[in-house]
Amino acid sequence: MSVIHVNNVSKHFGALKAVDGLSFEVQEGQVFGFLGQNGSGKSTTIRMLLSLIHPTSGNIEIFGHSIQDNRNEVLEEIGAIIERPDLYPYLSAKEHLQLFAKLRSKKIKPNAIEDTLRKVGLLDRSKDKVQTFSLGMKQRLGIGIALLHNPSLIILDEPTNGLDPQGISDIRNLIQYLAKEEGKTILVSSHILSEIEQMASHILILHKGKKLADGPIQTMLDPNKMIVHLTTTNDEQALQVILAGSYSNYLLKRTEGIYLSLPHFEIPLLNQFLVNAGVGLISVESRNSLEDYFLQLTSNSN
Amino acid sequence: MKAIISFELYKIFRRPRTYIAFGAIAALIVVIQFGLKVDGQSYAAFLMKDINDTLTVDGKVLNGYLICYILLQLLLVHVPLLVALIAADMISGEANLGTLRLLFSTPFTRTQWVLGKFIAASIYTIVLLIWLAFLALFVSMWVFGTDDLFLMKSNYVVLIQEKDVLWRYVGAFVFASFSLLTVTALGFLMSSMANNSIGPIVGTMSAIVFFTILSTLNIPLFSIIKPYLFTTHMNNWKEFFDIQVNEDNEAIAGSILNIAKIKNSLLVLSAHIILFVTVAVYITKKKDILS
Amino acid sequence: MKKMVVSLLLLCFTHAGFAQVDPLIEKVSKKLALVNDYVAEGVMKTDVSFIKASLGKVKVYFKKPNLLKVKKEGGISLLPKGGVSLTINTLLNTKKYSTIPGGTQVVNGKTLTVVKLIPNDDNLDWVISTLWIDPVEALVYKTATTTKENGSYEITMQYGSYAQYGLASKIIFSFNTKDYKLPNGITLEFGDEDPAAKKKLLKNKKGTVEITYNNYIINKGIPNTIF
Repeated sequence: MSVIHVNNVSKHFGALKAVDGLSFEVQEGQVFGFLGQNGSGKSTTIRMLLSLIHPTSGNIEIFGHSIQDNRNEVLEEIGAIIERPDLYPYLSAKEHLQLFAKLRSKKIKPNAIEDTLRKVGLLDRSKDKVQTFSLGMKQRLGIGIALLHNPSLIILDEPTNGLDPQGISDIRNLIQYLAKEEGKTILVSSHILSEIEQMASHILILHKGKKLADGPIQTMLDPNKMIVHLTTTNDEQALQVILAGSYSNYLLKRTEGIYLSLPHFEIPLLNQFLVNAGVGLISVESRNSLEDYFLQLTSNSN
Repeated sequence: MKAIISFELYKIFRRPRTYIAFGAIAALIVVIQFGLKVDGQSYAAFLMKDINDTLTVDGKVLNGYLICYILLQLLLVHVPLLVALIAADMISGEANLGTLRLLFSTPFTRTQWVLGKFIAASIYTIVLLIWLAFLALFVSMWVFGTDDLFLMKSNYVVLIQEKDVLWRYVGAFVFASFSLLTVTALGFLMSSMANNSIGPIVGTMSAIVFFTILSTLNIPLFSIIKPYLFTTHMNNWKEFFDIQVNEDNEAIAGSILNIAKIKNSLLVLSAHIILFVTVAVYITKKKDILS
Repeated sequence: MKKMVVSLLLLCFTHAGFAQVDPLIEKVSKKLALVNDYVAEGVMKTDVSFIKASLGKVKVYFKKPNLLKVKKEGGISLLPKGGVSLTINTLLNTKKYSTIPGGTQVVNGKTLTVVKLIPNDDNLDWVISTLWIDPVEALVYKTATTTKENGSYEITMQYGSYAQYGLASKIIFSFNTKDYKLPNGITLEFGDEDPAAKKKLLKNKKGTVEITYNNYIINKGIPNTIF
């Protein structure tokens, strides 16, 4: 079942096309990674999903309902944090949860506030004012608010922003727990690609407001599309050799270093070819990562 | 909607800024009451200079009712500025803090949010007014006692019997609540147009000061627009303290000289409240939450 | 006014040799002498162009020779300055005056004898007082008194059931009022003034205070502390 259906949505701020003809679908139970550099249109899209920004054109359906027409019903089933964890500095963590619980028509279990505080690791600081919290604690409280009413769809915009490695790991574990143990559909955006790589089952790559690619992460990370980074004694010579031969088709345009994208079985052959051509090889690193895929796509697009 | 109102009220009354206004009003009133308690007689003598030439005034002129009137005269001009401090922050303050996106992604429409926030701000305004009434009227009654209200206006004197005074204060405070709600609505409108608190607060205060000056200047050019300015009508709570006289120049107890003026002012103020809030709803509905 | 006072004083001196108390005044004084003190309850009405006041209950206390106090019951009262103490009792009980006959005048259909009083004591506050007296009833129906400091007053009296003591059932004090004006900056009234109301208020510059008495309690004794 399609939880989010975005159909040809655009958002223009004057001459700037923040989002341009974007379409995608998120299915139930997916952890959907929303990837893009800063300013690529991720947050604008997420804000449109939450009806914080009105699309210039296009339709958004969530749970099969148009967000424009059935806003309140749709939002009842969504929990979200958007960018920074901005909260009320003069209120405590517990007060935040108590207040936001009032804004939901869904009945919230009596122990839900304590459970949520425990889940996000703030139980022992529940009575402290938010102004005494670190960024990571605020972020966790923000997630707590998003989870409090047990929504079916969780939207997390840059949830690991500004967190220390432990904080990032905690959030990652929480997202994985929510997806696997509680069967939530999660849309998570980030510009930190390794994060998405470790959490998402599906990804969408957004660049300058346009979709570059989307699909299951396995297909994105096709073993037939390995990224190879060559370190040679003479890069200029190596490049000339590659461009002259059949490997020129695999060459990736990069400002620094020599990168090729090729099936894994081609790597030994490439190695052989370069050695035969007299290129002094220092190392051949092959990687199959989202980051390379992402960089490749965005650099091609540029 | 009830949820929004209680949510907003909780925040308002948990915020230190809220109590600035309560503190400022208490400080002002206590200082004036102290001054009048210590040296009120010379103030009264100064006011009654013309009257004392012809008449002997016997009784407790400087009683709680007159003190309250003096306090209201002084304070109801300035309380709007304190109201602006909260009202003009209601939407823009959240935008500045970044919490507006949290609120507007809850299952309530923006119209509900704006109206809920306006009602909460209005409740704050009315609580502030009740605080003012308590200090200015009841504390003054307690400290200075009560007697007839001997009111010295610019061109004449009104002597209202003690038993005929209290309901007039009730009327005046109800009227003042309309005045202050107009300021609340104006602050709200300004608040809907900005993403920071300072701009709308200063904007609301400036608008009040600007229009008050236009309302008080007796320049014929401005007289054309005066009837339409909310500031012209805000001070008409005083009309509750003017009384009708019969053919024999006897004051008619329980009467108000110009009830039509009060009704007209209430209409103009209500129209302003509706206009300001409607525009605030429209702007908030239309705007993209980018903060 | 000054000229008038001076000429009256001159008149007084020219008649000084013949100064004697008018028999009618003696008759009135005798009647008033029956009253050592009284407490009267009444209703007071203040009618001054710049004052809007309602009727108020008052108690009037009098004690020989010239103590008089008007007290409003639980409220603020406005009385002509110094004027109320110049009632017929307080005037005549001083005994420090000379009289000048002034003929007769018809007032409200009654033929009244006019007698002028000139004080013999410089310490008294009044300069001259004219009395309009019904010679048959020995009742004073009107007085006009010029004071040293508080202007001129006219007091008109009506009589009822206490006429045998020379006590009025209604007293009307008439006096001239001065302009009243407080700056807008003090009253904080900046709105447009209603010109019609202002005009109406300023039309009449004569003020009156009326006291209508309901009952008198006579000669029951009053402590001096009241005054």
